[in-house]
Amino acid sequence: MKDGRIIGLGLESSCDETAAAVVADGKDILSNCIYSQVDLHSIYSGVVPEIASRAHLEKINPLIHSALLESGSGFGDLDYVAATNRPGLIGSLMIGLQSAKTISFALGIPLVAVNHLEAHLYAPFLEGHGPGYPFMGLLISGGNTVLFEVRGPGDMEVAGRTADDAVGESYDKVAKFLGFGYPGGPVIDRLAKGAVARKNLFPKILTDPGDTRFSYSGLKTAVINYMKQFPGADKAEVAWSFQERALEILARRLFAAARDRGIKKMVVAGGVAANSRLRELLAEQKKQDETIMIPSPLLCTDNAAMIAGAGYMYFNAGISDPLTVDVKAKV
Amino acid sequence: MKRVIESGSCAETLGIATELGRSASRGDIITLSGELGAGKTLFAGGIAAGMGIDGYITSPTFSLMDVHEGTIPLYHFDLYRIEKPSELEELFFEEYWEGDGISVIEWPERAEGRLPRRVTAVTIEYTGPESRRITIEHPDN
Repeated sequence: MKDGRIIGLGLESSCDETAAAVVADGKDILSNCIYSQVDLHSIYSGVVPEIASRAHLEKINPLIHSALLESGSGFGDLDYVAATNRPGLIGSLMIGLQSAKTISFALGIPLVAVNHLEAHLYAPFLEGHGPGYPFMGLLISGGNTVLFEVRGPGDMEVAGRTADDAVGESYDKVAKFLGFGYPGGPVIDRLAKGAVARKNLFPKILTDPGDTRFSYSGLKTAVINYMKQFPGADKAEVAWSFQERALEILARRLFAAARDRGIKKMVVAGGVAANSRLRELLAEQKKQDETIMIPSPLLCTDNAAMIAGAGYMYFNAGISDPLTVDVKAKV
Repeated sequence: MKRVIESGSCAETLGIATELGRSASRGDIITLSGELGAGKTLFAGGIAAGMGIDGYITSPTFSLMDVHEGTIPLYHFDLYRIEKPSELEELFFEEYWEGDGISVIEWPERAEGRLPRRVTAVTIEYTGPESRRITIEHPDN
């Protein structure tokens, strides 16, 4: 507690990113430190040179220190500590969760084990415009493409998900195949803007309105087949065609699911939510009484502020986890 | 033992994978090689179907590995994002490879000498938009 506010520390180490953040009252970000490997990614054009839990282990303590220092608070100010415990790589998750358990035990404060996917959908709450329940949450990133109906903290149901690749993954792989670097999203988004003919080269994905799935493997293969057949093809046209198809299904499924359920509020989170064309499509198709929340780019990608924020929801409701809580590869 | 099969369609490729999954047993490791878009994840889905696992077999490119529960669990790896084989030391994948499930490993080349020696190696080569050449090499007994 500091200045009458609830102070929470969040830790994230489920995949590539190691992150620590301090959040006040579950909405004000006092610090948000991310040790990202994205610079290394770009050097190697889409291939990560160093992932693994050792990297998390080396970074977690300095990150906690920075996050506290930057927030102007100390360990003594903390009211709770939250860490991602699912889904992710067991060895990586353990670093963050074990650190959180240690802090919880040493300070005698509650521990909250957080679902990484739920935390992503919490991001807009951190920017002061939480949607309130219920809402549809579309999580789109390199590792996830999943649509949730969210009815309350911890109360969410899958309303659609990819049957094969994640949308962000297809962007990265198509970009790499076209000879561009990592991450693929911004490159393709930029390239697509320069397309002239704008006659789509690829079919729409899963057009049956009764289908709730997403699918990106077929589109990726269609791009590869096309480039093999026409090696001299205009890459801007290919990028535009790919992007239109990749994003169109996201908007179509999101609105269909929301309208079927009579839900007016939507959150779109994850790295792909930063895409400019997607924002355009959503704005075009949105009805007047519908609200769409998209977090700012830094909160779209993996971060620990969203973990501290999601942790606050539980802490505030009097819910915490025992020190015996474990990590889980799946949700 | 080495088999080379010419597949003319996705459905045929899936059938080959399903057959392989049906005949796999606990502790088996199957590696899947082939370029981007060859159909490795599709093939992994066929293996899962053959093992009686339903549900989506999605690409583990970002997560590096997925676990699918079943009568025999399926451990699905994708080493695409592994740059140095030494990174594997920190991921403790051996615990799965030596476990009692069936492991399917995409992009095994990334692991160089760090995979177990007894693996069933599947190579998928592009021969046309839908057609593929599937080579299956079983370990010698």
